[in-house]
Amino acid sequence: MKVVNQYVPSVDGKGIMLGRPAYTDDLAAPDALIVKVLRSPHAFAKIVAIDTQAAEALEGVELVLTHKNVPRKAFTRAGQGYPEPSPHDKFVLDTYVRYVGDEVAAVAAIDEKTAQKALGLIVVQYEVLEPVLDFESAIDHASIIHPEEGIREMFPTGFEPKRNIAAAYDMHVGNVEASLASCDVVVRETFHTQAQAHAMMEPHTVNARMDYQDRLLMYSSTQTPFHVRRILSQALDVPISRIRVIKPRVGGGFGGKQALHGEMLVALTTLRTRKPAKMVFTRQEVFESSYSRHPMRIDIALGAMKDGTLKAIDCRILSDTGAYGEHALTVFMVAGSKVLPLYNKVDAVRFGGQVVYTNKTPAGAYRGYGAIQGNFALESAVDMLCERLEIDPIVFRRKNMIAEGESSPIFEIMGEGTEGTAMSMETCKLDTCVSRGLTLIDWHKKYPRQTLPDGRIKSVGMAIAMQGSGIPYIDMGAATIKLNDDGFYNLMVGATDIGQGSDTILTQIAAEVLMTTVDRVIVYSSDSDLTPFDAGAYASSTTYVSGNAVLAAAEKMKGMLLDEAARALGCDRELVRFDGATFTADSGENISLSKLSNRLYYNEDQQQLTATASYVGTKSPPPFMAGLIEIDLDPETGEIDIVDYVSVVDCGTAINPKLAIGQIEGGIVQGLGMAHFEAVKYTAQGRLISNDFLSYKIPTQRSVKNLQTEIVHSYEPSGPFGAKSVGEIGIDTPPAALANAVYNATGVRITSLPITAEKIMAGIAAKKGEQSL
Amino acid sequence: MKIKFMLNDRSQTWHTEPGESLLDLLRRHHVVSVKKGCDGSTCGVCTVLMNQKPVLACTVLAVRCAGEHIHTVEGLADEVEKISEAFGIEGADQCGFCNPGIALALYALKAEHPEADAAEIKQYLEGHLCRCSGYQSQVKAALRYLGEAS
Repeated sequence: MKVVNQYVPSVDGKGIMLGRPAYTDDLAAPDALIVKVLRSPHAFAKIVAIDTQAAEALEGVELVLTHKNVPRKAFTRAGQGYPEPSPHDKFVLDTYVRYVGDEVAAVAAIDEKTAQKALGLIVVQYEVLEPVLDFESAIDHASIIHPEEGIREMFPTGFEPKRNIAAAYDMHVGNVEASLASCDVVVRETFHTQAQAHAMMEPHTVNARMDYQDRLLMYSSTQTPFHVRRILSQALDVPISRIRVIKPRVGGGFGGKQALHGEMLVALTTLRTRKPAKMVFTRQEVFESSYSRHPMRIDIALGAMKDGTLKAIDCRILSDTGAYGEHALTVFMVAGSKVLPLYNKVDAVRFGGQVVYTNKTPAGAYRGYGAIQGNFALESAVDMLCERLEIDPIVFRRKNMIAEGESSPIFEIMGEGTEGTAMSMETCKLDTCVSRGLTLIDWHKKYPRQTLPDGRIKSVGMAIAMQGSGIPYIDMGAATIKLNDDGFYNLMVGATDIGQGSDTILTQIAAEVLMTTVDRVIVYSSDSDLTPFDAGAYASSTTYVSGNAVLAAAEKMKGMLLDEAARALGCDRELVRFDGATFTADSGENISLSKLSNRLYYNEDQQQLTATASYVGTKSPPPFMAGLIEIDLDPETGEIDIVDYVSVVDCGTAINPKLAIGQIEGGIVQGLGMAHFEAVKYTAQGRLISNDFLSYKIPTQRSVKNLQTEIVHSYEPSGPFGAKSVGEIGIDTPPAALANAVYNATGVRITSLPITAEKIMAGIAAKKGEQSL
Repeated sequence: MKIKFMLNDRSQTWHTEPGESLLDLLRRHHVVSVKKGCDGSTCGVCTVLMNQKPVLACTVLAVRCAGEHIHTVEGLADEVEKISEAFGIEGADQCGFCNPGIALALYALKAEHPEADAAEIKQYLEGHLCRCSGYQSQVKAALRYLGEAS
């Protein structure tokens, strides 16, 4: 291969670094009205009265929106396949506010100062209600967070709003109770994970204008432009043909932009005023009023025989979706479906539980999408089980983990809120990942711990993980390739580059098939008017799903070119050879691609060549990885130095190895933030305190000393050039790997994230207390 | 009020309001390489050079720039292209929202301490948050840029 699996710098890196206008706010109309939102100071309240007269009278205020003057039609902000597995439980603006930061009203004014002033002039009378802040007591709480009429589930998802249940799910294979009862050793533990913040560097940003055809034109910093268009149309009763959504350069998403945040209010402002309008979330709004990761309580039981055979897994989860049920069921299910098949040889497995509403910042999609939560519990519990069994955790994993050619019944049972798709692992190099990881981190020399000369303890820990490659039979990606005069191409994709580099890798795939270089393929993503449909950038789908669409479109284009070359050369198509630049007949006569293209557009047999292809997966081949951490832990303070993190990944062929490594390392460090210090703090009244980068620390340059990242040789036959997806897998292993390393260092098992020095010290103190008794 | 200052080696006289930040002033004039990522001095994406030193444009009042020299990546294209090439080679480009700020920091680091090692680079760039890359590729790119420059 000449372009795929080769060094290719990202196609857009230079322009971005040179500061060219590219992001949503760079493209806002200079005279756009500023839309600001009045947000709830209460965790749960009913708006009894709202007086906007003074705000409306203020000079420079163009529009004030409240629940009284907006359409009332329930929708979900979640950008997912339609009909969505998320309940339609959100209104543009409502009479209830359900978390501190929820939308009360919106103001559109000529500048920010005026908008801010107008917000202060809105007088709201609230009936403050008792909030539900502890998700473990949400079910059947006296306060019902969604008592309103008109909300609904799109298909059966266990939605019981009167009980504060957004979704529920149960499955089992075999008889778990009987299997656990027959095991020599059973471990049971409860784990808690926190509401990690996405903290993408570009805040949620949107702007709108009426175009010269009087259509609504929106620029949105979104992962899902086609879902944005559909949801706007449905909720605002605007014909979908009257809306155009352009996704410009997006400054990071991680799931946080797999939803509508400011879009609804900005669209309404422009539709009402016919003037351009824009909204850029403040960082506080990004923290408080967008999305977080679903916090979970995970009760897990593992049963095994003395010989190290894992027999049963029982996993019960309670998940906290916050005030609205976006991605509630699907994130919950992924905590099982992309975690439990790691140990596929069990006799019995059971998974179930509920997703509950609370009066907190809504949870939504977030890289890993449940898998990081489930992985923390499972891979921590595996180490606990190994200690009880007195078996080396590496030996245990090798004996029980999934291998190439194998399957798991879970794949068929659990899908995207519905049934899943049976599949066997055509590629699974997990064993190689583990072996190589052990070598790279020098495991056998460091396991389980060493005392350093300065009194600190060096230790290692590890975990294995899997993810997926798109959502089979649901999420479709499409691509169009257009030939231009002089013989260069446009590649138009609905796939959404949000910084992960999909524009580059999709260009590489097209260039490889068309035997050309990336500079001859001009990529454009994504614009609901111009590019073909794509579900969007989520569920680790772009390389595999959209990549397969690009591959098929490029093959189609190649076929068209051969037809036209044969016509021009006056011979059979089968006798034409093409090297990417020149078509040669068996007679030796030839025509260049440039000449052929110019012939097609200017001279003879004139016609436009355009090839479109679509792809929807029939399975979701998981990428796999082993993650190994080395830490130096100070037993006097509990402080941890992350010395090294080794990732060895099976993602099939890496279309662009450097960018794939970037996905993995970015995921690792984001996962280490969640594992180690990204702490979410609320007041007793339910206000988020950790709402800026001072109070919510994300990893910086100095958080991790070293990363070693390798991609193993693997070829997934169903993927483009053997590729699987790689966007999420990196985030999954750090919590369990760190917890296991901390245990190996101290004998303290931390079961709640983040794993802070304080928790480690408390654990060490408790152990000392036990010993002195 | 009007202020006169040098932006990317050209004299500009722009209207500003008391209390306006340099960040808002620049973006209002469509100098869009300078990004807004937080509510004040915590993320680094609005970094510009003021008299050749990196500063956060969100915490510099526009009026304070009167008579001063401000540089953004738009005015340092030749050097920024070199940094971009190093980023490309190391696969350090992701969403790019933090890249112009980092480019300016590296430009300043090269002037201050071109022999900086990995640890010193990490320290110098610590105020530049990036949620995409995991940072290591940025350090490799920085070493490459400084190495080629020296």
